[in-house]
Amino acid sequence: MTVTVRTFASTGEAAAVLSSDRSARYLGGGTLVMRALNEGDISISTIVRASDHALTRIDATGSRVTIGAGVTFARILAERDLAFLHAAARSIGGPAVRNMGTVGGNLFATDPYGDFTVALLALDAMISVQGGLGSRDVPIEEFLQTRDRQTGTLVLAVSFQKPATADAFRYRKIARIKPKGGAVIALAAHLPVSNGRIAGARIALGSMAPTPIRARAAERALEGRTLDAATMGAAAAAAVEGTSPADNALASGWYRREIVGVHLRRLLSGQE
Amino acid sequence: MAKTALQFRHNGRDVAIFVDGGTNLLVALRELIGDMTPKFGCGQGGCGACSVLIDGELHLSCLTLAETVAGRSVETLDGIKDGPNLHPLQRAFADNFAAQCGYCTPGMLMAAKALLDRNPQPSRAEVVEAISGNICRCTGYEPIINAVLAAASTGRARA
Repeated sequence: MTVTVRTFASTGEAAAVLSSDRSARYLGGGTLVMRALNEGDISISTIVRASDHALTRIDATGSRVTIGAGVTFARILAERDLAFLHAAARSIGGPAVRNMGTVGGNLFATDPYGDFTVALLALDAMISVQGGLGSRDVPIEEFLQTRDRQTGTLVLAVSFQKPATADAFRYRKIARIKPKGGAVIALAAHLPVSNGRIAGARIALGSMAPTPIRARAAERALEGRTLDAATMGAAAAAAVEGTSPADNALASGWYRREIVGVHLRRLLSGQE
Repeated sequence: MAKTALQFRHNGRDVAIFVDGGTNLLVALRELIGDMTPKFGCGQGGCGACSVLIDGELHLSCLTLAETVAGRSVETLDGIKDGPNLHPLQRAFADNFAAQCGYCTPGMLMAAKALLDRNPQPSRAEVVEAISGNICRCTGYEPIINAVLAAASTGRARA
């Protein structure tokens, strides 16, 4: 089975092909699309690439961070201004996968992959996409809810507000094999503090539903409070609310429900 | 289906081949160039047996679309020996019994080379991290980690 490879200089031309051809897939780092081809996925007959340099640009100097969809995890790890994302980037694959896999591709990675997207969800990222008709910004939650229908759009970049302090953003991935293993669950929290109280908490969970989801009940338990033991306990108890984790080879859904509160408490208390 | 002409550097030598659309680099190296050192393990990015260096960076050749290496430099295990002499990493693998069945060894050596090329004196934890994408089902990893550390200390002795 051979496929047609089409490489374009501009993202507009690439997006036009993606939106008009249902069998076309955009090739980023290859860790998803080439894997599908190697597995014999006959739904892909055209591979689309774009050589636009904007796709591999990082702008992290200001308070708003923009990361091109084609930026690899190795590039994020080399960027000092993105230190708050290093734990999430390091949790992806081994060194070779981090040299290849991209931020844009991770948005499409299904369980047990896609851990970086959990971090982006906690950061309330905007996803810039280009369709057949032009480009627009989509909030990450909306993007994830419609992910199955997004293969016809080209992701250009992700952007988000940089956390005010290093302590305000936390990430934790639970895997059975270290340092490299698929996620049992992944957790990320953005905890902005105003006058000593949490204001605008966002907690994201991976492998607790078909796509990464927010733990809204746990966020409510944190809102307006100081991060003390009672607050952490209340958030941990509420973590499982609204989740629907699946059984897979790494863990059962029952096990995931049992541990999510435990790990949220550890994440909030800063425990290793 | 039309074939695409592809030129790149393979272990310091220019090569020119024709590839079918969608051909991965591992197939191009093994079947079109005849370099059998990168191995096919899983085809899924899970095992690391196909690891090669592209412009000095560790990549999985089975997940690399062949035509994306046009004009770039690809290094495989076949290229690391120095004439009839083994590369210090190969020597250390032999001395430390780091190979049993040998199937993971080419990928392990390339992952180790990628590490030592940019970090000649790694800690044990850095070696573990560097080979974390490579699966070995024989050795239990300890002899491999020891071999990489031994190669690093040999390099230090020489420098």
